[in-house]
Amino acid sequence: MTDFTIHHTPDPQADTSLPDPNQDTFFTTVLGFWMYLMTDCVFFAAFFATYAVLHNNTFGGPSSRELFSLSTAFIETMILLCSSVTCGMAMLAALRGKKNQIIAWLAVTFLLGASFMALELHEFTHLVESGNSWTRSAFLSSFFALVGTHGLHVSIGLLWMFVVTMQVFYWGVTVDTFRRLVVFSLFWHFLDVVWIFIFTFVYLMGVI
Amino acid sequence: MFGKLTLEAFKHEPSQTFAVISMALGGIALIGLIFYLKRWKWLWQEWFTTVDPKRIGIMYIIVALILFSKGFADALMMRMHQALSVGDAHGFLSPGHFQEVFSAHGTTMIFFVGMGMVFGFMNLIIPLQIGARDVAYPFLNALGFWLFASAATLSLVSLAIGRFSATGWLAYPPLSGLEYSPGEGVDYWIWIVQIAGVGTTLSGINFLVTILKMRCPGMKLMTMPIFTWSILCAMVLVIFAFPILTATLCMLTLDRYLGMHFFTVSGGGNLMMYVNLVWAWGHPEVYILILPAFGIFSEVVPTFSEKRLFGYVSMVWALILITFLSFIVWLHHFFTMGASANVNAFFGIMTMLIAIPTGVKIFNWLFTKFRGRVHFDSPMLWFFAFVLNFTIGGMTGILLSAPPVDFQVHNSLFLIAHFHGMVIGGMLFGVFCGFTYWFPKVTGFFLSERLNQYAFWCWFVGFLLAFMPLYMLGFMGATRRLDHYEEATNWNPLFLTVAAGAFIILCGAVIQIYGLFMSIKNRKKNMDLTGDPWNGRTLEWSIPSPPPIYNFAIIPTVDQIDPLWAIKRGQAPKPHYDYEDILLPKNTPMGLYIGILSLIFGFTMTWHIFWLALVSLFGIIGCVIFKLSSPAEHEVITAAEVKEIEAAYLRRSITA
Repeated sequence: MTDFTIHHTPDPQADTSLPDPNQDTFFTTVLGFWMYLMTDCVFFAAFFATYAVLHNNTFGGPSSRELFSLSTAFIETMILLCSSVTCGMAMLAALRGKKNQIIAWLAVTFLLGASFMALELHEFTHLVESGNSWTRSAFLSSFFALVGTHGLHVSIGLLWMFVVTMQVFYWGVTVDTFRRLVVFSLFWHFLDVVWIFIFTFVYLMGVI
Repeated sequence: MFGKLTLEAFKHEPSQTFAVISMALGGIALIGLIFYLKRWKWLWQEWFTTVDPKRIGIMYIIVALILFSKGFADALMMRMHQALSVGDAHGFLSPGHFQEVFSAHGTTMIFFVGMGMVFGFMNLIIPLQIGARDVAYPFLNALGFWLFASAATLSLVSLAIGRFSATGWLAYPPLSGLEYSPGEGVDYWIWIVQIAGVGTTLSGINFLVTILKMRCPGMKLMTMPIFTWSILCAMVLVIFAFPILTATLCMLTLDRYLGMHFFTVSGGGNLMMYVNLVWAWGHPEVYILILPAFGIFSEVVPTFSEKRLFGYVSMVWALILITFLSFIVWLHHFFTMGASANVNAFFGIMTMLIAIPTGVKIFNWLFTKFRGRVHFDSPMLWFFAFVLNFTIGGMTGILLSAPPVDFQVHNSLFLIAHFHGMVIGGMLFGVFCGFTYWFPKVTGFFLSERLNQYAFWCWFVGFLLAFMPLYMLGFMGATRRLDHYEEATNWNPLFLTVAAGAFIILCGAVIQIYGLFMSIKNRKKNMDLTGDPWNGRTLEWSIPSPPPIYNFAIIPTVDQIDPLWAIKRGQAPKPHYDYEDILLPKNTPMGLYIGILSLIFGFTMTWHIFWLALVSLFGIIGCVIFKLSSPAEHEVITAAEVKEIEAAYLRRSITA
């Protein structure tokens, strides 16, 4: 029966000055963050399902075909995809412990994320100014809610990125800041994946 | 400046004014008592800022008990009103207030009493059962509790300021839309449930990771105690179900605050989508409540039968199957929606399928007792009552799962009798069973067995009287949420019986509270010095009661399902004691701060005081950033200190 016993073998490379020399915190945090991402995924799924049910209920208002500009959405997609690449570059720099490179790549990621938000807000104001706000029809309600929820996530991501960058700036790459960078990059890539679905289901299928 | 909040909000009906005044007096008395006993510092250091799951668990249960008294008072008011409101008499509640009372009753009992008890037990028992010193994210745990507590406080505030929702516990549109409920009631409900729900999601993630990552060496998934398994399954349900609730509430919020049209037909919205979404959360939710009760019985029955649990593996698979099936039955809550016969048939059959794994569990418990040495202590009495009530409730559930039958009794008192049979006879009896069972472990002293048995018989008889007649009334056509009926229906004798049953339950509850106070008062006389009063099987009984702050001086190593029995029967080596330094996370008040800010946020959003809502929102963000930017701090308990504490416990148990 003793065969089943698991023995913890301490990692020889581990930093024993920390309370957690086996770095359990890192794997526990990353696993927990994946769980959080799954809850967020279900959260978005509810909004996607709602959009699927309501996207034809234009209530006499304009439909997706009349409203959406595929070129803007495509540019937004490209910007967000690029920001995922630069975020990945920041992570590669973090693995090598290059503080300045991390900050530089995160700055680029931040700019890309901010320009994505600027484009999205521009699209929203354009819709509202042309009389097609969220109060116009159930279709537009579900559109604003779905895309707006993603936008809210990106905005939170930008704030988070700023905080993590400041931490790297002041403290360098430590066990804590590295873990936070990993978790942040998971969040950022997740938002990219969600956007791919929005681009496909809302914009592409809405225009076709 | 004050949004929609005016002095008008403080004017109430007599019964409510009475409740508000007694609540305020109780609160003032409590604060006065704390000043008198000079316990503020103690409260702050030991409780408000704690990240110890044992303390957080006790706080969950205290909040749940406070809210239980509110929800129970609601129930008594409804039953008294229904017994009196017949023919020319119109009872003592106005129809509008009656609606608020039943909405508050459901919301309170599910979100605060049921969930509070589940999360309380989880915090108290899971780390002990898996041989861990803490949960995966101690701060997140505290935060989850304080969000829960702030939502509970907001529900008490809603009693005193303004009106509560009058739209039932799930607030279906169009009734809950702006057109038919323009007041603050539904907004209160939205923010209460939203804040509690976010707290639940966070704690759900926390405990799932705790169970997956923090088990002691050798404890594989298939050697975990069943209670831990039931919590694992319940937390999977939390993670998949609660985000749907959050999203649904967001949509209702957007409809009400920004004029969107998710559920308003006049803008192209689809109100049945709300009902679908809310039950896609709601059905898993009832299993989040009942699975932990199954887990509690699976711990109690073998211990009090002195026999291993019959069919451990089938027990686990039954839990997993129920977890899976609970996601594909939600439509049975609204067969009358008008989906096609085939759709209704699918959901009806899926619902009936759940009876199979549940039946497996019932038979496993019964076979565990077969040829065991059964002790008829009060935890087992709760189990016997549970088997009877749960079987009756299960059978009527099968009846309801057949769409043609459901069309007849939909929204009738038959349904009420069914789900109260599951929630009281199933979940609450399980909670009482676990409360008696683990009370000495958590506090270090016993509840009075004699008073427990009196309380049990009151609850059992009262329950049967209060709910069996509802089945008959349902067949006779009495609908739920009924505030007045005609004499010619001949329902009055049954409603009087129901009210009498409710009062017998009240006697049981009073005896329980009296018993709790008496056992605290006489705690010196009924100490649990051994730490293992019931001849337990699982790891929580291998340590002293109440457990030391670090739970386990030595992290145990486990190689089978009932590790403590193996040690006691000489089938496994006794652990040897090489103490080491133990690191525990430091207390932090940040969870409390975020809880208070969320309370302000919820209250100000309800009353449209947007500037203050924005301030508190920024406050929450600031607190989170501050917490994330401060290094994790730990307290060290040195090996010498551990040795001293353990030696003191050992001396105590030898003298016992």
